Amino acid sequence: MANFMTRRRLTNRLMIGLSGVAALIGMTLLALILGYTLIHGLSYINLDFLTNAYKPVGEAGGGMRNEIIGTLILVGLGSLIAIPIGLMTGLFLADFGSPRMASAFRFVADVLSGVPSIVVGVFAFAIVVKPMHSYSAFSGGIALAIIMIPIIARTAEEALRLVPISQREAALALGITRWRSVLGVVIPGAMTGIITGIMLGVARIAGETAPLLFTALGNNFGFNGLLKPIGALPLQIYHFALSPFKDQQQQAWAGAFLLIVLVLVVSIIVRWLSRGKKY
Amino acid sequence: MNLDRELKIKADTKLVRRSIGDVLFSGLTGIFTLLTGAILVALATVLAIQAWPSIEKFGVSFFTSSVWDPVKEVFGAMPAVFGTLASSVLALVIAVPISLGTAIFLSELAPKWLRGPGSFVIEMLAAIPSVIIGLWGIFVMVPALRPVQVWLGAHLGSLPFFTGNPYIGFDMLAAALILAIMIIPIITTVSRDAIRAVPVAQKESMLALGATRWETLSRVVLPYCRSSLIGATILGLGRALGETMAVTMVIGNADNISLSLFSSATTIASKIASQFGEASGLGLSSLIELALILLAVSLIVNVIARLLVWKLTSVKAGRV
Repeated sequence: MANFMTRRRLTNRLMIGLSGVAALIGMTLLALILGYTLIHGLSYINLDFLTNAYKPVGEAGGGMRNEIIGTLILVGLGSLIAIPIGLMTGLFLADFGSPRMASAFRFVADVLSGVPSIVVGVFAFAIVVKPMHSYSAFSGGIALAIIMIPIIARTAEEALRLVPISQREAALALGITRWRSVLGVVIPGAMTGIITGIMLGVARIAGETAPLLFTALGNNFGFNGLLKPIGALPLQIYHFALSPFKDQQQQAWAGAFLLIVLVLVVSIIVRWLSRGKKY
Repeated sequence: MNLDRELKIKADTKLVRRSIGDVLFSGLTGIFTLLTGAILVALATVLAIQAWPSIEKFGVSFFTSSVWDPVKEVFGAMPAVFGTLASSVLALVIAVPISLGTAIFLSELAPKWLRGPGSFVIEMLAAIPSVIIGLWGIFVMVPALRPVQVWLGAHLGSLPFFTGNPYIGFDMLAAALILAIMIIPIITTVSRDAIRAVPVAQKESMLALGATRWETLSRVVLPYCRSSLIGATILGLGRALGETMAVTMVIGNADNISLSLFSSATTIASKIASQFGEASGLGLSSLIELALILLAVSLIVNVIARLLVWKLTSVKAGRV
């Protein structure tokens, strides 16, 4: 009997210890990747890198100015397309759809968010690049928007649902119509959550590379109109990572530093905005 | 007047009072929602149309052939399909125990002050762009793995898993490890939420019977949310199947089918990523067929996963 007790206790200790070890491994991995990129990247970053355009190997002082601007343009374009569609879908899911329709489309949004981003890239290639016979910033924006829509829709839905029913009722009791109450009371009440969702979407698409490979394509010479290829930070990191030249590899680390700082800052703001709320 | 009748009249007046603005606005949200749904349908349709020349030409042999020859215009998907499945399954084998342990730790065992920051750390891991994990893979992980691979090759080289050239490092092993790192966050967060949803009364009654914490976990908590945990794993699988950049950067991109972990390989996603730019004609169509296959597989996997995860977590989602 005593033996049995110890074995149970030992198993308990062992398994609890193992799960602690697992958690430790998970967090160590993050620390490794994050720490290495931040420290390594920081040592290669300088003002030239931020303000200069790409220069061929051998010329000193090449930077990623054009790619940084390109990423901002692509993310802006993606957001411009995705925010209205995502927000309206979120409103439908939370407020206007019948429960059955809402849960069906909630499912569709969830499944859409699981579609691999490279498939979205191929799709954008087929519907924009191929008919227009040109890689373009526009096609990149479309691809990013498709990735962003389900994220915004679902977070907006959750945020809208958190607006207390008493507020909705109070608005309706004043005699205004439902859509006015949604625009004037419900959406402002959920604004923090909606912005959180948008930022989550931005953080996600800012680092996307695969869908840009054959839509935005990349271009070292700066913005040249929405219908022409455009560079992006993640794309350039990818190309430089595979480069045999030390200088370009170092630029890849510096670019990674920028990208990771961007994503971290956005994620921390999101965390701060949504503190205390459950998404 | 009975109550039912009274309620019905009230409902009717409600209907009458619905203003035109309401109808328009709710219609508008409906249209945008349909648009979201239409994207999913369009994805499948457009890819199917674009892939048609390849589907028509190769039929089933697309799956069984391992030739990829743009010059002779013969294309087969077997190495890519094999590589996708092998790397994803290997990644799951590595990631599931770590994720489950972390989820249990974060939801049941960790002191309160550690739970928030711990979860935050795991969620941050999910937010790191794939291309950066790939960069880290190329310059940190692969060089660090090389000595391990050389050792394995020297001591266990007679096993089929460790044959071949262990010095390259850009191989199936690297791809599986990097995929594991990338899917740990999703499996962990979904499992953690599922474990949290287990009613406290169930745990308390088990503990009151004299069970240890581990007994409570293994006989009450984990069985209770079994379907969600399987769902979380399948969700991780879906992510692994479609992961592109990091895998492309470390897998070596060669059309090999081999049991060896030291063999360079390819996946559907990495094949598309590395060859799409140069492809044309039938080759392009074949790559789009690969994308279609990837879409189909990830849709099936996601639908199963969502259904399993929803089963438990949707119950607790009390709404206003």
